[in-house]
Amino acid sequence: MTQNTRIVIVGASSAIAEHCARQWAEQPEHAAGRQLHFVLVGRDADKLNAIAADLLVRNPSVTSQAECTDFSCADTIGKTVAHIVKDGTPDIVLIAHGTLPDQQQCQQDLSAAVDAMHINGLSPVLFAEAFAGPMQAANTGTIAIIGSVAGDRGRKSNYVYGAAKGLVTRYAQGLQHRLAGSGVNIVLIKPGPTDTPMTAHLKQAGARLTPAEDVAAAIVRGVNKGSPVVYAPAKWWLIMMIIRHLPRFVFNKMDI
Amino acid sequence: MKISSWGRLGLHAHNSVQLADHRTLSRQIQHELPGISYGMGRSYGDVCLNPEGTLWQTRGMNRFIRFDKDTGLLSCEAGVTLKEIQDCFVPRGWMLPVTPGTQLVTVGGAVANDVHGKNHHIMGTFGDHVTGFSLARTDGSTRDCSRNDNPDLFQATIGGLGLTGVIARVDIQLRRIGSPWLLTETLPFSSLDDFFAYADASEVGWEHTVSWIDCLAGSQTRGIFLRANHASEQDLAALPPKQRPTRKTRPAAGISMPITPPLSLVNRLSLRPFNAAYYAMNARKAGPGVADYQNFFYPLDKIHHWNRMYGRRGFYQYQCVVPRASARQAVADMLTAIAAAGEGSFLAVLKTFAERPAAGLLSFPMAGATLALDFPNKGPRTERLFVRLDDIVTQAGGRLYAAKDARMPAQMFAQGYPGLETFSAFRDPGISSAMSRRLLGS
Repeated sequence: MTQNTRIVIVGASSAIAEHCARQWAEQPEHAAGRQLHFVLVGRDADKLNAIAADLLVRNPSVTSQAECTDFSCADTIGKTVAHIVKDGTPDIVLIAHGTLPDQQQCQQDLSAAVDAMHINGLSPVLFAEAFAGPMQAANTGTIAIIGSVAGDRGRKSNYVYGAAKGLVTRYAQGLQHRLAGSGVNIVLIKPGPTDTPMTAHLKQAGARLTPAEDVAAAIVRGVNKGSPVVYAPAKWWLIMMIIRHLPRFVFNKMDI
Repeated sequence: MKISSWGRLGLHAHNSVQLADHRTLSRQIQHELPGISYGMGRSYGDVCLNPEGTLWQTRGMNRFIRFDKDTGLLSCEAGVTLKEIQDCFVPRGWMLPVTPGTQLVTVGGAVANDVHGKNHHIMGTFGDHVTGFSLARTDGSTRDCSRNDNPDLFQATIGGLGLTGVIARVDIQLRRIGSPWLLTETLPFSSLDDFFAYADASEVGWEHTVSWIDCLAGSQTRGIFLRANHASEQDLAALPPKQRPTRKTRPAAGISMPITPPLSLVNRLSLRPFNAAYYAMNARKAGPGVADYQNFFYPLDKIHHWNRMYGRRGFYQYQCVVPRASARQAVADMLTAIAAAGEGSFLAVLKTFAERPAAGLLSFPMAGATLALDFPNKGPRTERLFVRLDDIVTQAGGRLYAAKDARMPAQMFAQGYPGLETFSAFRDPGISSAMSRRLLGS
């Protein structure tokens, strides 16, 4: 890393991403005055500006720029990334956007299924692909992609979302293979159910959710260490290992 | 979602609505009325509850908006906690001028309950340092309030129990500090007269004063009087080397009350040794000392879920204020009544308030003495004691603190808060809480 740090956050207004940004802004080396620049990519300029203002209060030496873009169009994604990279290769790219679709609706309405797969699977992968080239050329930096524990094994309660996140998982594996031995790290993050606006209805139903701050802390640690896969919180590694290995005759009896 | 408040007196189903942005929340609060705001759920009683109804959860609105490093004026969303403010600004030499005994409350909650701290005689209440806020109403409008704009609504909302609207954004004047440390003095005392003598003597020259009392001894009470001032760098440098703080300020690692025991751990058997040990431990520290702000202001924040200590049935906090003239007698009478009832409280706090104009229409403090006590919920037996205490408070011309209350009679509230009639005109008709229905009839 250079003396200055450039952090690009795609889907910057998601709760997890926002907490990551805060934690990066408050890291001691940045609080001590090392220049930190955020590129906040999202759909809603007001939200991005509110986040930029918050970061500026937390660390007055931070600079930010907001980039509004369309997350569904490959062409736009390519142009947005080219525009961002033109000003300097990022040190960290966090790809954090997504929605939690309603599984029932996806089963009944194929276009809802397409949208869900697009925003949770294809779109993050395209962003990663667009950043990977320039970062490989610069031979430095970290790309962190938020997948999900749901991508580890398809379950009836949300397999459309799970399939999209499974795509992210395989993609990240491939990218890690491609960039092995290079200066670029690929970190795949698999959060468990997290307390964010995206999961408000789960919380209402009484689900126990991990605070977004805690998931963000795991992401920041994982990026610092360059861990290839980060379960957040870590207990999900064990839970998902068991779920992945359950024999089908047991798994099929489970209502999950 | 099932939700209770800090006293854990009941767990009730609520329809929770997560508010995430101070500029768009007015769209979210026009449906499924009536509702009430809920921040960290640290008020003890029912001020933040609306069983079977809507709760607007404000914690998602946790962004800072701007900070002026020259004047110390901070603008933030109402769901920001006091801890988030202290963590961010104490290292830069700024601090909240008024803070209650926990920093795990939201700014919106601190305004709506007009909380106070140990420095009431110098700094007043939280509302005294709020220069403005925006208030979203359930009719879709948003009002900017300050001492100049909508001054009446401003005054009604400070200490307004969340009933005048949903506080969206708050502007707070922070104060400068020379260091995160405080120079303290611990004074054990063995009678109420000694307490009042220390309190009077400390009004000038000491910013923070508070005392813990061992209320098992009746009116011949003993206790620990604690007073403190903020330390400047020079103050710290002038200390003898042994006392000078060397480490960075950080509270001792927190511990957690992991489970709720079936019965209260605070009971007749435990209370006497508890209090004796607490007194002895602190009496040993008599004299001057140095404390970092977190240990000084927020000792209980280190024990996560300490409210579980009181068992499954939860607990009440009884906090009253009685006017200065009758304070000595009223406090003695209350302690006698508690002893006679065979009850006792571990967290008994006694402190004096000074004569100051109130920031809000329904602000709690008045010139006099405030006594705060925790009691495990033992049903009718506990209520019988409260009725006795209510009599003493009412006859002394005092009142109870709504942020702590779960049971006072409506008539006692009306009698204690003369601003109530004026206040009613500023209520938002789409807002109602368990407390407002209990004390205000709607």
